[in-house]
Amino acid sequence: MSATATVVERPPPRAQGWPRRRIIGYALVCLWIAFGVGLVSYLVVAWNSELFAKYAPSYLQGLGVTLSLVGISITLGAILSLPVAYARMSKNRILSGLAYCYVYFFRGTPLLVQTFLVYYGVGSFKPQLEMVGLWGFFREAFNCGVFAFALNTAAYQAEILRGAIESVPKGQWEGAASLGLHKLQTLWKIILPQALIVALRPYGNELILMIKASAIVAIITVYDLMGMAKLAYSRTFDIQAYIWVAIVYLVIVEILRHGIEWIERRITIHLKR
Amino acid sequence: MQIPEATVLQLLFSGKEWEYRRQRAVKKHRPQSRMEQRPGQYERTIMRIALRIALAASAALLTLGVAQAQEKTLKIGTEGAYPPFNNLTSDGQLVGFDIDIAKALCDEMKVKCTFVAQDWDGIIPALQAGKFDAIVASMSITPERAEKVDFTHKYYNTPPAIVAPKDSDIKGVTKEDLAGKTIGVQAATTHFNYSSKIYTDSTVKPYPTAQEYQLDLANGRLDAANDDIVVLQQWLDSPDGACCKLVGAIKPVVEIHGPGAGIAVRKGETDLVNQFNAAIDAIRANGKYKEINDKYFKFDVYGGDS
Repeated sequence: MSATATVVERPPPRAQGWPRRRIIGYALVCLWIAFGVGLVSYLVVAWNSELFAKYAPSYLQGLGVTLSLVGISITLGAILSLPVAYARMSKNRILSGLAYCYVYFFRGTPLLVQTFLVYYGVGSFKPQLEMVGLWGFFREAFNCGVFAFALNTAAYQAEILRGAIESVPKGQWEGAASLGLHKLQTLWKIILPQALIVALRPYGNELILMIKASAIVAIITVYDLMGMAKLAYSRTFDIQAYIWVAIVYLVIVEILRHGIEWIERRITIHLKR
Repeated sequence: MQIPEATVLQLLFSGKEWEYRRQRAVKKHRPQSRMEQRPGQYERTIMRIALRIALAASAALLTLGVAQAQEKTLKIGTEGAYPPFNNLTSDGQLVGFDIDIAKALCDEMKVKCTFVAQDWDGIIPALQAGKFDAIVASMSITPERAEKVDFTHKYYNTPPAIVAPKDSDIKGVTKEDLAGKTIGVQAATTHFNYSSKIYTDSTVKPYPTAQEYQLDLANGRLDAANDDIVVLQQWLDSPDGACCKLVGAIKPVVEIHGPGAGIAVRKGETDLVNQFNAAIDAIRANGKYKEINDKYFKFDVYGGDS
């Protein structure tokens, strides 16, 4: 709190009685509570330790596949996004045009289509790929998934990075230049620290979106979390298979969300007043 | 089916709005309002709303009854990606052995049938959710499925088989022959169950439809594929299947493959099962089955009596 007294407006008096809005509010909250209780009690009633013992290890294995797939793709995408963002901001028309096309394509088409294009499309160029020795890589469905995901997330991350860098006022560049700093130094020491605060939330969103989108690799025969759930469901026809997988995704996303909030609190400490 | 719900909502809504307008009128003219002073007004309003609800409910029930009385069509679910048994043509028509058999059975049962195409891995849940009334989609009668749906007798039974690329070194269909190989199968099928249970030294990859493992077999991602022999043979005879050859048939295991393909209906619909069974026996007896069989195959797909 700053020393200067701020004028705080008096909150409006609490509404008396039971106006319509309050009734609807309580009813909705009750509905949600009932839904939650119903879900939990369903899971308790439908608990089947035999199924759990049979499929829990495979879910864990699928979780590992999902996490490694997303982890590798996000990292590769981050590396790839650097030159793309650079090209996108470049004054060179051809370079920025190419980068724009790349971003436009990968943001404008569904990830599912891109994954299919990579998996089945590349598969039909097998002789050519064998010639350059790349077939060994593309033969594996997991690699195809990583390839498609990394390209896709690179496009998004490049835009996040570009937006964040451009959000830093131009005066910062000029000030640094007047102090005789090199452009790269300026970028590294002055611009990026400010830009990454802006970029943190979008990066977090991108990570969460990738975690959820990764479920589509189940279609190209990768046994990720969703693939394992499908497998379990096709053997048991028990809707629990999907409920549990939804809960696992929810937990991952919740952990990530809190992690990102924690990082944000840490890196914005100097902005707190 | 949508009409009754709409009627209920409409009646309820107009009732609510009417009530709202009445209250507003009451507020405006208070305390001189005649309505306010009338004794028993509140109870009468409640009565009127209750009457409306009752009316709406009975109207809904009536329409529902009428709708059911008119509905004598049977909805048949099938996959549409499993030639020659069921397949979607390029103009969206369902064709194939399953479809012709289903039509013949419907004729025999004197009901009108419509067809619904549904992805394989969701076909049993869709049946349970009432999207259709019966599955005629080359579904093998297995104990696992029989826990969720009721089956008729089989209407055909053909053995599973293994295919591989023409230059493959796979000699047979045993576990040893396929050790270290990658085998493609359609997910949620008996073939998937068989492959993952028997070929434990191989990698088994599940695909959503048969077309997808066929693509991967042609481009070399797979060393072999396991499916019904008729389906595989049909593919091998087509230009797309030129890459590959039949390695051999697998001797069916009754616990996994079941006695053959049957028609699935929701649990407890014994009448429908009996009707279908009678119709299957009838078309077997009157030659209709043989006619359809000969249209698609050079041999008898019904298999031995079991």
